[in-house]
Amino acid sequence: MNVNQSAPPVPPFGQPQPIYPGYHQSSYGGQPGTTAPPTPYGTYNGPVPGYQQTLPQGVSRAPPSSGAPPVSTAQSPCGQAAYGQFGQGDVQNGPSSTVQMQRLPGSQPFGSPLAPVVSQPAVLQPYGPPPTSAQVTAQLAGMQISGAMAPAPPPSGLGYGPPTSLASASGSFPNSGPYGAYPQGQAPSLSQAQSHPGVQPPQRSAPPLASSFTPPASGGPRMPSMTGPLLPGQGFGGPPVSQPNHVSSPPPQALPPGPQMTGPPGPPPPMHSSQQPGYQLQQNGSFGPTRGPQPNFGSPYPGAPTFGSQPGPPQPLPPKRLDPDAIPSPIQVIEDDRNNRGSEPFVTGVRGQVPPLVTTNFLVKDQGNASPRYIRCTSYNIPCTSDMAKQAQVPLAAVIKPLARLPPEEASPYVVDHGESGPLRCNRCKAYMCPFMQFIEGGRRFQCCFCSCINDVPPQYFQHLDHTGKRVDAYDRPELSLGSYEFLATVDYCKNNKFPSPPAFIFMIDVSYNAIRTGLVRLLCEELKSLLDYLPREGGAEESAIRVGFVTYNKVLHFYNVKSSLAQPQMMVVSDVADMFVPLLDGFLVNVNESRAVITSLLDQIPEMFADTRETETVFAPVIQAGMEALKAAECAGKLFLFHTSLPIAEAPGKLKNRDDRKLINTDKEKTLFQPQTGAYQTLAKECVAQGCCVDLFLFPNQYVDVATLSVVPQLTGGSVYKYACFQVENDQERFLSDLRRDVQKVVGFDAVMRVRTSTGIRAVDFFGAFYMSNTTDVELAGLDGDKTVTVEFKHDDRLNEESGALLQCALLYTSCAGQRRLRIHNLALNCCTLLADLYRNCETDTLINYMAKFAYRGVLNSPVKTVRDTLITQCAQILACYRKNCASPSSAGQLILPECMKLLPVYLNCVLKSDVLQPGAEVTTDDRAYVRQLVTSMDVAETNVFFYPRLLPLLIVVKQEDKLEMLFKHFLVEDKSLSGGASYVDFLCHMHKEIRQLLS
Amino acid sequence: MATYLEFIQQNEERDGVRFSWNVWPSSRLEATRMVVPLACLLTPLKERPDLPPVQYEPVLCSRPTCKAVLNPLCQVDYRAKLWACNFCFQRNQFPPAYAGISEVNQPAELMPQFSTIEYVIQRGPQSPLIFLYVVDTCLEEDDLQALKESLQMSLSLLPPDALVGLITFGRMVQVHELSCEGISKSYVFRGTKDLTAKQIQDMLGLSKPAMPMQQARPPQPQEHPFVSSRFLQPIQKIDMNLTDLLGELQRDPWPVTQGKRPLRSTGVALSIAVGLLEGTFPNTGARIMLFTGGPPTQGPGMVVGDELKIPIRSWHDIEKDNARFMKKATKHYEMLANRTAANGHCIDIYACALDQTGLLEMKCCTNLTGGHMVMGDSFNTSLFKQTFQRIFSKDFNGDFRMAFGATLEVKTSRELKIAGAIGPCVSLNVKGPCVSENELGVGGTSQWKICGLDPTSTLGIYFEVVNQHNAPIPQGGRGAIQFVTQYQHSSTQKRIRVTTIARNWADAQSQLRHIEAAFDQEAAAVLMARLGVFRAESEEGPDVLRWLDRQLIRLCQKFGQYNKEDPTSFRLSDSFSLYPQFMFHLRRSPFLQVFNNSPDESSYYRHHFARQDLTQSLIMIQPILYSYSFHGPPEPVLLDSSSILADRILLMDTFFQIVIYLGETIAQWQKARYQDMPEYENFKHLLQAPLDDAQEILQARFPMPRYINTEHGGSQARFLLSKVNPSQTHNNLYAWGQETGAPILTDDVSLQVFMDHLKKLAVSSAC
Repeated sequence: MNVNQSAPPVPPFGQPQPIYPGYHQSSYGGQPGTTAPPTPYGTYNGPVPGYQQTLPQGVSRAPPSSGAPPVSTAQSPCGQAAYGQFGQGDVQNGPSSTVQMQRLPGSQPFGSPLAPVVSQPAVLQPYGPPPTSAQVTAQLAGMQISGAMAPAPPPSGLGYGPPTSLASASGSFPNSGPYGAYPQGQAPSLSQAQSHPGVQPPQRSAPPLASSFTPPASGGPRMPSMTGPLLPGQGFGGPPVSQPNHVSSPPPQALPPGPQMTGPPGPPPPMHSSQQPGYQLQQNGSFGPTRGPQPNFGSPYPGAPTFGSQPGPPQPLPPKRLDPDAIPSPIQVIEDDRNNRGSEPFVTGVRGQVPPLVTTNFLVKDQGNASPRYIRCTSYNIPCTSDMAKQAQVPLAAVIKPLARLPPEEASPYVVDHGESGPLRCNRCKAYMCPFMQFIEGGRRFQCCFCSCINDVPPQYFQHLDHTGKRVDAYDRPELSLGSYEFLATVDYCKNNKFPSPPAFIFMIDVSYNAIRTGLVRLLCEELKSLLDYLPREGGAEESAIRVGFVTYNKVLHFYNVKSSLAQPQMMVVSDVADMFVPLLDGFLVNVNESRAVITSLLDQIPEMFADTRETETVFAPVIQAGMEALKAAECAGKLFLFHTSLPIAEAPGKLKNRDDRKLINTDKEKTLFQPQTGAYQTLAKECVAQGCCVDLFLFPNQYVDVATLSVVPQLTGGSVYKYACFQVENDQERFLSDLRRDVQKVVGFDAVMRVRTSTGIRAVDFFGAFYMSNTTDVELAGLDGDKTVTVEFKHDDRLNEESGALLQCALLYTSCAGQRRLRIHNLALNCCTLLADLYRNCETDTLINYMAKFAYRGVLNSPVKTVRDTLITQCAQILACYRKNCASPSSAGQLILPECMKLLPVYLNCVLKSDVLQPGAEVTTDDRAYVRQLVTSMDVAETNVFFYPRLLPLLIVVKQEDKLEMLFKHFLVEDKSLSGGASYVDFLCHMHKEIRQLLS
Repeated sequence: MATYLEFIQQNEERDGVRFSWNVWPSSRLEATRMVVPLACLLTPLKERPDLPPVQYEPVLCSRPTCKAVLNPLCQVDYRAKLWACNFCFQRNQFPPAYAGISEVNQPAELMPQFSTIEYVIQRGPQSPLIFLYVVDTCLEEDDLQALKESLQMSLSLLPPDALVGLITFGRMVQVHELSCEGISKSYVFRGTKDLTAKQIQDMLGLSKPAMPMQQARPPQPQEHPFVSSRFLQPIQKIDMNLTDLLGELQRDPWPVTQGKRPLRSTGVALSIAVGLLEGTFPNTGARIMLFTGGPPTQGPGMVVGDELKIPIRSWHDIEKDNARFMKKATKHYEMLANRTAANGHCIDIYACALDQTGLLEMKCCTNLTGGHMVMGDSFNTSLFKQTFQRIFSKDFNGDFRMAFGATLEVKTSRELKIAGAIGPCVSLNVKGPCVSENELGVGGTSQWKICGLDPTSTLGIYFEVVNQHNAPIPQGGRGAIQFVTQYQHSSTQKRIRVTTIARNWADAQSQLRHIEAAFDQEAAAVLMARLGVFRAESEEGPDVLRWLDRQLIRLCQKFGQYNKEDPTSFRLSDSFSLYPQFMFHLRRSPFLQVFNNSPDESSYYRHHFARQDLTQSLIMIQPILYSYSFHGPPEPVLLDSSSILADRILLMDTFFQIVIYLGETIAQWQKARYQDMPEYENFKHLLQAPLDDAQEILQARFPMPRYINTEHGGSQARFLLSKVNPSQTHNNLYAWGQETGAPILTDDVSLQVFMDHLKKLAVSSAC
């Protein structure tokens, strides 16, 4: 695997590259992370196999045989890796955080990330240093493996186990605990694992290819960012050399594994400790350090330990040429970042600081810039000129989550009340008062930091300045000292110049035959009875101000009067779906506590009333229309919760037909599958936005429901779509209820308008997310909750100044769930640079991927999927080529050199390319694709990260044979070659390398 | 003459028929010269306690174009068991069941005293009566409460197996599903959108055989052969539910801003009610009962906008063609009324409001379907409450005084043709040999549909003598007319009432005295008045008056005795003596004069005039005035200002109002409370007497009259003053100071002046 992922460029990190070579060296500093890449190419499958060892990273499974078993066991506990991932938060597939790469196909078994962790750590550490590169490779290997043989998976799984261990090393420790337990049980698994190993061998076959690569590997001095430690020197300097991680010297690795395995168990602990330190160092370097991974890679080698876990693979590895360790391992990167940056709070006082990875748990101290929880940028150092920006091709984007939830340790933004005059703003550009505003003339005036306009300070706001030119009261006023805060809005900021009423929630339940038959309605009504006690409330409010209303429907709508004075609810049927209206005013939207008896009675009766229904047809647009009209009549904003089961074919506006046609895939008409089949929903959505009516859609389809069309309104109103295909109470109840609870309880703002202001030189030009825009600057959101994210792209319109940097101010005007009109302001200052290296050193790959995925997912609406894919690859190649050309130290053309902070770009990008939207598998339905497409549109960075690169959690029990679940599971093994034709990690690296070389030559 | 009066009275009592002429001129030419057409007032369901219905079906003439019913006028050959139809002379075989017939064993229908007979038809399904309440909720709280109570009360008055339904409306229209447990359901419609019957039925889920919700539970035994509708349920089943539902009715919750009228979707509500019944129970007796407290303000059928500053149309607006919604609204309601009539249902309107409610536009709903129209100030008045209660009054048999879906067929002997009918009916457009081409009223047919009728419903039916004068009718020849009314009795039986009458023919040239003596001036006045009112609906008021005057003058010229150009010589025989006076009062009546009446009031008065029987109609034309005093027993007095004396108490009955008026002296005595002193007990009795008499009238009349108790100088005395003949006015001051009554401040002509003119014109040869 010569894949040198190394981020050579970045000096600091650069070192990593070495890793590759390092692989062999593995031990190097292991900056595995960095390294990785290059080699891969060849490898594709072939190599991979060899790599299996690669796995190393994740503790690789390599050595399956030996150590592995144990590991695996451990892992299994974790279980479910695949899906579970989220739960754990960190880690993707594998073992928790760790690494994971393991996803080796086999990985599944792993389940028990933890276990692996343990082992890994051990392994890694040992290897630690050297491994980095190795790890990478290892991972690759893993992937390949999976790809290669079906059977392999299981085993590999075990193998992965090891990876997990790595994880443990990182932060996942917690898991480790559990793992421990697992081990025992897992014993059996182990066995499996072993078997896998066997499988792996085949993969090895691949090796040949790899081998070819290998050569390069050698060449590749992995920049190995690994050097992390080197930071300072980064220069590839000494370390790099060693690192040559690029080199894929799989073979060695392979060997290591075995040992590792063994190692892990016992040793781990110690290892960690040792390693960590190392990592930390790296931290300095930023990523570099983090990369615990590298070490891991290293481990493989030495480690045989790593492999240990993955018995099978390891063996094969040896033969390979590519050095799996040389392939950058996300798991390792994550792990390293966790270790290095998870312990200290992230203080936002300094301009242009790159925050820790989203996978790292860290605290934020707001000292003048918005927390990365609110805003993350693709780069924290912006090229001063648009030429530079064009050259680098690095998109300048910010991912903004204005109402992000904060951990309990962090205070939510202070609310500032500027009284009747309203928030203080710049007279010219209307930017809000913020810490970057310069007070002058003794405090009588201030200069706007965005447009440089000089404004008078209103008398009531006057304050003297201290000797540094700062207002004396700067620290008493949130708007002068914090990055994020809120203003109370005055009536001028309200619709129709009237303070808003508290919002309302309307539950709109499909009661057609399907909904009744599956038990959905009964389940839902039962749940709502208790759920209504948990409506979001503001601050310490005793009860929620939100009023609720209920509608059921099939091809007609049933409204309910649940006025508290009634002895029993009243149902009002509206059959005139062609011309929807709200049949009642009083008693439709009620306070839950006041009307509790009537509501309970209603929810008891709904399932009964429709128990014998034979109505199978439903309407859809009229339902939304009704909800919107109801809010309009009540003169408030609010949210509709729609629970819908089928394609709306009843005669009514918004009626749809089944237009699913798989034959369109890979044709120019494929895009039509993503487009709504009628414009009616856009029109409806516009009306909803004007009313502040947000729509959350829960779908329970048994067949095609045309998600692309049904999701238009949720999408444009800032709502969410949930989909439970073939809903069955027994299987899906838990998932549905937890989604529902979360969705109902989450704090949400309504009737929002977001505006992003920037200092001169750059300008927000494009927006991605779930919202509506009627002009080019204002993002209108009927509803906005703590999960919804808007990605904003910036372009230069002038030269930036290195000294003053660039400022962003995101202002969100919204109605809180108690009906208070507020402005939330987030400010962020970025650095500007004249050197490309500075840019590449301050990028954030996760955020980049977030932007690129959203960009691509929007692209499929208008362009053939193939074009979109090519565009992505080209852009990525350009970014990397620019780096190589301008920042990296000269090296063999055969080497793939990656910037330290982008060393995961290829693997992540490959994941995006392989996602259901861009490369659908046979089992992926049109609805699934449309669903995913809209889902990603409003994801934040942490979500896209885990979405595209699922963590594998080792769990023994999961998959045994080739059954459906297994298929599904494999779907998540993103580093493997996918059934639908997506490239494996290694393959992709090779391909990317080729592209870059073409660009350079 | 006594004999004729008795004859007329007997006939009325037996057959419910009063003819303008009781001896008929035998030629077409002569008949037209009689001025007053040959016509009759028919009360098809006149109460006949002495007439038990027969439990078999009528025997019909076998000629397909005739189908007259066997009657006492037919010639019967008892031996051959044959009978000859007296209309077409077809000889018919008696059916087998009549095998035992003989001179001494006659079926009832052959006996002369059974010129009116009622048959009960046993076959066919019996369908329950249906009452569909359509309730306006845009009412003041008090009004709504009172209305709710009245409606709840009415449930106890309905036959237990009757089907009831409830539609409420305001800004929206709600059709309530009855018989729901635990949750009350209603279907809601926009009040602004006109829907076709098909749409309504689709939306109510009536067009499908099986309904999704509800039902289905236990396989319901077919309660009705009809689509069992969730919206119409037997009262015994949902009595409690409906009572609760009514109890929970709230005022229309939509806010009404200041300066606006509430949005009231009467047009759509009625349309839905009609559509609902049309889809579920066509051709079954059903009443749609509309209770409204204001004008329709939106949607189809709106009569006025919701801006209060723009008042509802007045006669003035209508004359100036300024009533912008009137035509469209009228068209809407006419369309509904026609559909309703086609389905055999009837619509009642109970409009209670201080201002107009759009009766002008909606009148056809009641007029064409035989429904009731009731106008009051508020639902919280005894006028409404008792009137409404009286709808459900029962007859001597304990049956409701209402019948549904009647078809009236008229057959005439060949010397006569049918010109038309005026009353609460619609034409069935059945042409035939006995249908005249000259129409009077609703003509061109021999059959009419009367969807709702009661024992007093009366139609004016007009005929034309077509016999040519060169084809004399043999001496002793008689003309015959048969009225066949098929209807659904309130007991849900199908019944047929057959009335067959005959009158002598007379040659107008040789036997004019006979004809003159057989003139029924009361019937003639009412029949002419109906024609006038019928014309007034479509013609300008003055034209109608001119027409009436000309008819009167011609009549006087024909039957008066006078010397040419000598007014003082003018005399009318007894049988004509009152007729000019009726015409005088008719000219002043609210049926022809719109001055001082709103369009709604005019519609209301005309509605009742066109359906009441002769006695009531005459009261409407010329109110009755009784006088009470110490000078003698109560006596009827002239409806004249000279009757208004200080020491009298007057009781006036105009049908719509009962006015008790205390003369000046009496009023002073009353104020001095003499009636409370034991020694003036006679005064107390005097005061009480008119009250008792008024009560009696109030008890018997439908709709309940407005009861007015006033005195000399009281503001309400205007009701009396506007009715009496202004024999003394400020123009003939000579009467002042004498004890001859009270002067009326008016420019209207008095009866005296009217008669003088009449005489002058009658004797003038210029005409």
